[in-house]
Amino acid sequence: MPHKVISLISVGRHPQSGRSRRADQDSRAVELGLKLAGTDLDVVHAGSSQEPVLRQYAGMGLPKVTVLEQDESADALVSIADYLKSEKADIVLTGVRAESGESSGMTPYILSEQLGWPIVARVADIVDIKEGEAQVLLALPRGQRRQVTVKLPFIASIDNAAEAARQSAFGPGLRAKMDSQKGSTVEDSVRVDWSEAPAKARPKRLKIVKAKTAADRFKAATAKPQGGSGKVMKNESAQEQAQAIFDLLIEEKVIR
Amino acid sequence: MSDIIRRDPRAEWIIRNRLHPLHDQYANQEEGGEVRGPSGLLRKFPHKVGFIGPNGIKRIDRLKGNSSAPKGKRSSAAQEVQLPLHKVDSPEYYIMVVADLVGGRLTGHDKDILGLAHKLIAEQGGNGAVVAVCFGEVKEEHFDTAGVDRLLHIDGEAFEGYSPEARVQALAQVEAQYPVKHWLFPDSIHGGCDLASRLAARLGERPATQAWQVNAEQTVSRGASASLDITRKTPKILMLLEECADAIDETRHEATPITLDGVSVSAPTIQDQGLMDVDPNAIPMAEAEFILSAGNGIHNWDQFHDAAKVLGATEGASRVAVDDGFMPRSRQVGATGTWVTARVYIAVGISGAIQHMQGIGQVDKVVAINTDAGCDMVKRAALSVIGDSEEILSELMKLAAEHKNTSVSDQAEEDSHAA
Repeated sequence: MPHKVISLISVGRHPQSGRSRRADQDSRAVELGLKLAGTDLDVVHAGSSQEPVLRQYAGMGLPKVTVLEQDESADALVSIADYLKSEKADIVLTGVRAESGESSGMTPYILSEQLGWPIVARVADIVDIKEGEAQVLLALPRGQRRQVTVKLPFIASIDNAAEAARQSAFGPGLRAKMDSQKGSTVEDSVRVDWSEAPAKARPKRLKIVKAKTAADRFKAATAKPQGGSGKVMKNESAQEQAQAIFDLLIEEKVIR
Repeated sequence: MSDIIRRDPRAEWIIRNRLHPLHDQYANQEEGGEVRGPSGLLRKFPHKVGFIGPNGIKRIDRLKGNSSAPKGKRSSAAQEVQLPLHKVDSPEYYIMVVADLVGGRLTGHDKDILGLAHKLIAEQGGNGAVVAVCFGEVKEEHFDTAGVDRLLHIDGEAFEGYSPEARVQALAQVEAQYPVKHWLFPDSIHGGCDLASRLAARLGERPATQAWQVNAEQTVSRGASASLDITRKTPKILMLLEECADAIDETRHEATPITLDGVSVSAPTIQDQGLMDVDPNAIPMAEAEFILSAGNGIHNWDQFHDAAKVLGATEGASRVAVDDGFMPRSRQVGATGTWVTARVYIAVGISGAIQHMQGIGQVDKVVAINTDAGCDMVKRAALSVIGDSEEILSELMKLAAEHKNTSVSDQAEEDSHAA
């Protein structure tokens, strides 16, 4: 039985030029959705259906994009939650953090709380779905992966480690249908009080020397960054040398 | 005993003043007292004459103790400084810091956030305490100097490994039991961000994410993929970027353990199946943990690739090896290649050009295998072995293969016992 998969997309922002583009993690979510459900994938955007970036997503081979029409100031969560409640989805895919707006990354978590579904964060891949359970690979730091199983339905936020999105084709993107539905008109009341400004460069932390005496200050100013050199094994046999290296590897737990 | 020199101005004055009635007594004390032989001759013990100077050279005081510094002992030994203890009795409110504890120890990020928590208490006033909330295994020994007033260690099988659901339930119970003013989390990929988002959704709070400038009233946080600064009222839940404040370094704290009553956790919906074996060469070099790197000293390249495979290391190379066509450009470590952050870096036959050294600047442990004991890489390395790389690599491969066999058989034994 095919599973109903929904990918949530947003308008991204190019890190250098600042122009709008398809968001990196969202397009990876669409890619994963296409892998799981093929063209039955339902791609949902809360915002304006006139947004040209949606065509870039559609160019990945989507016959239609569902748009929940709403103003920019309206709360996207309300309309998405209403939509998900009406559709009987098995898997909802999102990015970890949006590239525009507040980009708090809270959307999947709040949806999971409202729907009562589990949320799996930083997913690298969904390997297999059978008997109502999905095997999911999570991306950990240093390129490591963790496998978890989770019961359907669930929400997954897709990490940058997931498979990169396919190229977007211009023509099919233009031909795709924009299925407009009415979204919410609830204003995001908290955000009104915030002030926004272009990001200032963060000050770099300086190395502060808190020396009490002149001798300490002198030592801090002249000390070499590295301490004494390590152990040197010169005359031992190759076997002993290899054993020493191996002990270090075990101690550092890089060999398990 | 303290090394601090205590001067006695009166004794110095008496020693200087030869006409003082107590002069002989004080001067003799200093010299170790005069000894008369059986015939009444003054005997001198040559080993006791003089003192050892600051450079370790023996000095003889020809002034016979008439110099103004009679003790003559100046020590430059560093003193163990006892930092002042910061005490909080019966706190009115708590600031909870949920630490990442990578490998069971506080990270630099955690310590910065503990520092920020104290800053917030100082600004808000009142009797507040900073609580470090820890899950699972804890190896950290210096909670007191990191600024932890109270330590809440939530332990149990349910919280081991990957268990965000159990953890957020425990945190919600902490919220119910203690008067919490703020929840501070590191905005990190080590689980801090995930846990914070879960807690915020559970409590229905709107958190500030990627916050970097926080005081009691206002918070500045990044938005729109770090292109926007959002200024808002400081919320209850904060996810903080690195270097958001300075870590505590001038005080000691109590780190008194506190407990959470009646932790009850429902069965998790996400089952952890453990870590996967990852192809080490598929990991981007910049974030690989363990790198085996080859340079000009390698002649048997097949063996090198085998060694990397057996050890489970990511392959790297110096510029020479890449220029000679033995390794692809993407594997180059150094100024023109990748700047690596590995924990262990084995440099085989790399003498260590400065460009290469820049590339491994952030590496914790460097192991050098080289024929030249005087090269720069040996100076940088924590362990260097001087010898033929081919021989050493083959021994290393043998050891790794043996280790793999024994660990597999151990596991098999355990399984059979379990069955």
